[in-house]
Amino acid sequence: MDNQNRKISRQLTKSGIPTKTDLKPFLPSSKRKRKGAYALIECFEEIPCDPCFSACPFKSVKEFANLNDIPVIDFKKCTGCGLCVPECPGLAIFLINEDRDDGKATITIPYEFLPLPEKGEQVWALNRVGEIEGEAKVVEVKTYSKKNHTTVVTLLIPREKVLTIRHFRRKDQNER
Amino acid sequence: MEQVEVLVIGGGPAGMMASLSAVKTGARVTLLEREARLGGQLIKQTHKFFGSYKEYAGVRGIEIVDKLTFLLKEQEEKGKIRILTEAELVLFYQEQTLGYTYKGSLRTLKAQKIIFTTGASERMLPFPGNDLPGVYAAGAIQTLMNVNGVLPGEKYLMVGAGNIGLIVSYQLLQAGASVLGVVEAMPRIGGYLVHASKIRRMGVPIYTSHTILEARGKDKVEEAVITVVDNKYKPITGTEKILKVDAISLAVGLNPLGELLEQRGIKFCFIPELGGFVPWHDENLKTSHPDVYVAGDLAGIEEATTAMLQGELAGLVVAKELRYGNLEEQDKINLITQRLKEFRAGPKSEKTREGQIKLKNG
Repeated sequence: MDNQNRKISRQLTKSGIPTKTDLKPFLPSSKRKRKGAYALIECFEEIPCDPCFSACPFKSVKEFANLNDIPVIDFKKCTGCGLCVPECPGLAIFLINEDRDDGKATITIPYEFLPLPEKGEQVWALNRVGEIEGEAKVVEVKTYSKKNHTTVVTLLIPREKVLTIRHFRRKDQNER
Repeated sequence: MEQVEVLVIGGGPAGMMASLSAVKTGARVTLLEREARLGGQLIKQTHKFFGSYKEYAGVRGIEIVDKLTFLLKEQEEKGKIRILTEAELVLFYQEQTLGYTYKGSLRTLKAQKIIFTTGASERMLPFPGNDLPGVYAAGAIQTLMNVNGVLPGEKYLMVGAGNIGLIVSYQLLQAGASVLGVVEAMPRIGGYLVHASKIRRMGVPIYTSHTILEARGKDKVEEAVITVVDNKYKPITGTEKILKVDAISLAVGLNPLGELLEQRGIKFCFIPELGGFVPWHDENLKTSHPDVYVAGDLAGIEEATTAMLQGELAGLVVAKELRYGNLEEQDKINLITQRLKEFRAGPKSEKTREGQIKLKNG
């Protein structure tokens, strides 16, 4: 897969929201999707940044020939450990697990807001423009304090929304 | 008069690195910082840095300050460096004689080599109502918010979708404020798209090809009028929109801060790609004055990673000129030059590259 020199959509350059075409080269095969969690790196333009490469203990992110290269994942090597999610300075890596029997999926989102949600809490799942897509249950909250204090929160969401839901908001007192 | 070997003016990312690399190479350094603590703009940068994992990528600016301060204090204990905070340079005479204020008095010193890392100042934007309370520069808001714990408004309009505009918008949201929109006169987002995606998914609209027309309010900002602009950045009548905000944040660029150098007769060039008037300098950051060097935003507006690399480079070169170090230093210099080149190799650094070419041509 060659992600370098790929044209990105006008929509993306104007809004920060990728189209399906922008996303496609970053997705694993449908076969791989059924084999456990995978990291989805939504980093579409060449910027001088490479911590995803050093974050991966399995060397699944290809070594950068140039610091400005767009990251490329070898999904055969990605074990879905999720260590890259809190490392990305752009908060652009999501861990997705569609390999479930209940028609649902989980998405792990880097989250830098306080107070943190609690495991089991129902939150509002938000899409790429911040609109509510529905409720979602928080299944895990992890803070990597030794690294850089980015917390990662895992939500249980409908499988068809793995490319839609990208953030969440805790419910207000009166919404609970 | 006090004599010093290497004088570094400004304790931001460039100045801290310049001091460290000059000291490590063997030179004796005096570092002047205007503020009470070291760090410059890093002390409010709560976000993780981009760049290479070989440098400080993934580390937050506020944590980089702690790491660099620790290294400098170590050298201070060994007597290799003198760090003066709340010391502001005010005069620059002939033969590297300088005057600075410190503890209420004016002091002078003479330096063999001087590295200026005085940074930049934020640009203002002309529009009716820009003198109303509630109109701030984005960096000022970031200082109030992240250093002083003061949020100067609740509902913001951000002007400028470069990295500063996008990052400060995100940090305003982290602080609990709302951002009603980001306007950008260019037809596309100027900052990194990952920063844009971050605030979009929190519901902040980004209006490209838009600008602010006016700030309105009786005693302070109560609303902002924004408008669509054509491809010549002229407002299109009839496209105005009113946003009910109580604060307007201007992230419309920076100007290098080098008045003292200019007064001293050091050559400046007007290079818009580098932020306006910048002191001319060669690849090793030497200005038209053989003993005066520059690094960081003063040498051309970029960001903290390149500021640190430039600082490191200037510190090394200066120490080497004072005959410290050995053959290894040239390898280090080549390596840093290479890293800078790598960092600037992408499309986001196109302006910097163009500016560098103009600089070379004088």
